[in-house]
Amino acid sequence: MAEIIQDIQEQEYLINMGPQHPSTHGVLRLVLSLRGETVLSVQPHCGYIHRGIEKMCERLTYQQIIHLTDRLDYLSAHINNHAVCMLVENALGVELPERVKYIRTIMDELARIASHQLWWCSFGMDLGALTAFFYGLRDREPILDIFEESTGGRLIQSYYTPGGLMKDIHPGFQKRVKDFIKMFRKKINEYDQLLSGNVIMTQRTQGIGILTEEEAISFGVTGPSGRGSGFECDIRKHHPYSLYNKVEFKEILRTEGDSFARYSVRMDEMRESLNIIEQLIDNIPAGDFSVKMKPVIKLPEGEYYQRVEAARGEFGVFISSKGEKYPYRVKLRSPNFSNLSALHSIAHGQKIADLVAIGASLDYVIPDIDR
Amino acid sequence: MEFNIYDFTSFTKWIDESLNAAMSPFWVMITEMAIIGVAILAFYALVGLFLVYAERKVCAFMQNRVGPNRVGPFGIFQTIADLLKLLMKELVYIKNADKLLFNIAPFIVITASFLAIAAIPFAKGLHAIDFNIGIFYVVAVSSLGVIGILLAGWSSNSKYSLIGAMRSGAQIVSYELSVGLSLITMVILSGSMQLSTIVEAQANGWFIFTGHIPAIIAFVIYMIAATAETNRGPFDLAEAESELTAGFHTEYSGIRFAFFFLAEYMNMFIVASIAATIFWGGWMPFHVPGWEGFNTVMDYIPPFIWYIGKTAVIIFIMMLFKWTFPRLRIDQLLTLEWKYLLPINLFNVVLMAFIVLMGWHW
Repeated sequence: MAEIIQDIQEQEYLINMGPQHPSTHGVLRLVLSLRGETVLSVQPHCGYIHRGIEKMCERLTYQQIIHLTDRLDYLSAHINNHAVCMLVENALGVELPERVKYIRTIMDELARIASHQLWWCSFGMDLGALTAFFYGLRDREPILDIFEESTGGRLIQSYYTPGGLMKDIHPGFQKRVKDFIKMFRKKINEYDQLLSGNVIMTQRTQGIGILTEEEAISFGVTGPSGRGSGFECDIRKHHPYSLYNKVEFKEILRTEGDSFARYSVRMDEMRESLNIIEQLIDNIPAGDFSVKMKPVIKLPEGEYYQRVEAARGEFGVFISSKGEKYPYRVKLRSPNFSNLSALHSIAHGQKIADLVAIGASLDYVIPDIDR
Repeated sequence: MEFNIYDFTSFTKWIDESLNAAMSPFWVMITEMAIIGVAILAFYALVGLFLVYAERKVCAFMQNRVGPNRVGPFGIFQTIADLLKLLMKELVYIKNADKLLFNIAPFIVITASFLAIAAIPFAKGLHAIDFNIGIFYVVAVSSLGVIGILLAGWSSNSKYSLIGAMRSGAQIVSYELSVGLSLITMVILSGSMQLSTIVEAQANGWFIFTGHIPAIIAFVIYMIAATAETNRGPFDLAEAESELTAGFHTEYSGIRFAFFFLAEYMNMFIVASIAATIFWGGWMPFHVPGWEGFNTVMDYIPPFIWYIGKTAVIIFIMMLFKWTFPRLRIDQLLTLEWKYLLPINLFNVVLMAFIVLMGWHW
């Protein structure tokens, strides 16, 4: 009998979390091996939503690629497109009008706020606070309305194009954005009251799921998740693009590396994004919203790389061109893929409930992982 | 016969006497059991349907939503429509599941909650059976439900269900202690376990007011423990939607799922009833000693309304709990019980005994 008990105690309890599971935020499959409630190992299996975007790009013109990079991390669609557009513009040496840079920066930051809001929703939901989910969605709606008004799209906009923007902003854009900033500055304090200071929430996240700075660097965990571990990786600060060298903003850093650090980095980043938008929104200069480009863009032969700070970390586009209208080879460096790779080393030894909280704090978007 | 809405004693007595005049004692018993059974069943279904609707409306109110508003005025028939849907749904049988236990489990859960209703006094003279060990009976019967949950988790042949059942077992067994001890505190105060006597004893002030600090502590602990015992948020670890999809009832479908669902709401109703009865005076109107005019006005409100009102307030508080807080982790849940609530509770029992011995409690 004693042997049987020991045998049972030493056995691992394998469980498939996903591909359909409420807290994997999509079709991610995690194979967990458990002992009781404790997670011994996490093995992510991806590929359930693989669409071969990098391969498809090899048969698409540079204007068409935009519509695919939208669909990687759909929550930072603007920012992904920004990388592709900048890569093409830099390769061709196109000088952009100031107006384009202003609008792009504002749109990027709005997308970042919207993305972090949705992250906050799902974070609350994964912890079991369903009310948070609806509060976040309610406040995300104005941003989507702003996007819809100017770009025609709510989730994926395909607004940027090599050489500028698809169309000019709506006349009511500035007023709407200013209204939103005013409204959201109040609401974000409400978020803090509802979730950040809650005893259960802090107990569930503080000191749980620690990712050290060394691990963050070696796994390439970037974005808010990396900065929660003290890894200075904000591309906007260290390799400024667009207007980020002209605006004042702080790089939010936490050194604890736990779930709560990643949480509070994102909360502060939303405030910082509001500051950035506030500095720009009144000064959008008049002028063209795009540069006249050739209908068929041909990149000179060579290899190009452009990176931007997407909502979840460093997003990079590598394009190898042979001087044709299609790229010869495209490689996308998606932040979520690297962030996910650290999941096992963060989550092993924790409880199942903590694994869910850690997953929420890493904020993965599955189409970005699988591409 | 006089039908008095303030005192059902004469009414029930009249039924008993007229039945006795017509048939032998054995058949009287059978008939009375049937009447009570049907009455409770109807009440049970009604309260269940109403609570599901109330939960959805309260939750919508918390979340800036409208809630059900399509079926009937203000969506009041939504839950009936849902029930019809669940009744017509296919019952999915799981391969390699333990069929017998799988089928029995929902009935055990629902029976446990069904039995507990019997002892609750709804108004003066309106209860199915007035035990002299009423509280003991309620605690004993309501703890049977965990057997059903464990069986459901075990027999489903699903890993998520098993984890849910494991959690639920640990949770309910632990929190039973706190429920029991906080009720014992109040039993010391009232000096009786008979629920009707406890209610009568609160004529000059509810126990939460007359019981000094220990009664308040006991009430708070009872609310926490009762929420945990009914598997409701923030203690809904057994279901834990974001972790275990649906916990112990993942594999159940159709009306069997509805049984679990209904039992959850009925358990909530029962613990709220007990809280209202023991701490807030049950059907007893709000009286302030010395204020004769005020007391007379309060007496005009029927006891049944008092009882329903108090229960509804407590249920509303429990719903606010659920829609405000995140979920605890299993080890934190057990830490809360064994390291905080239980010692406080034991101390509280001693404190209450001391107060009662010194005669400070009236």
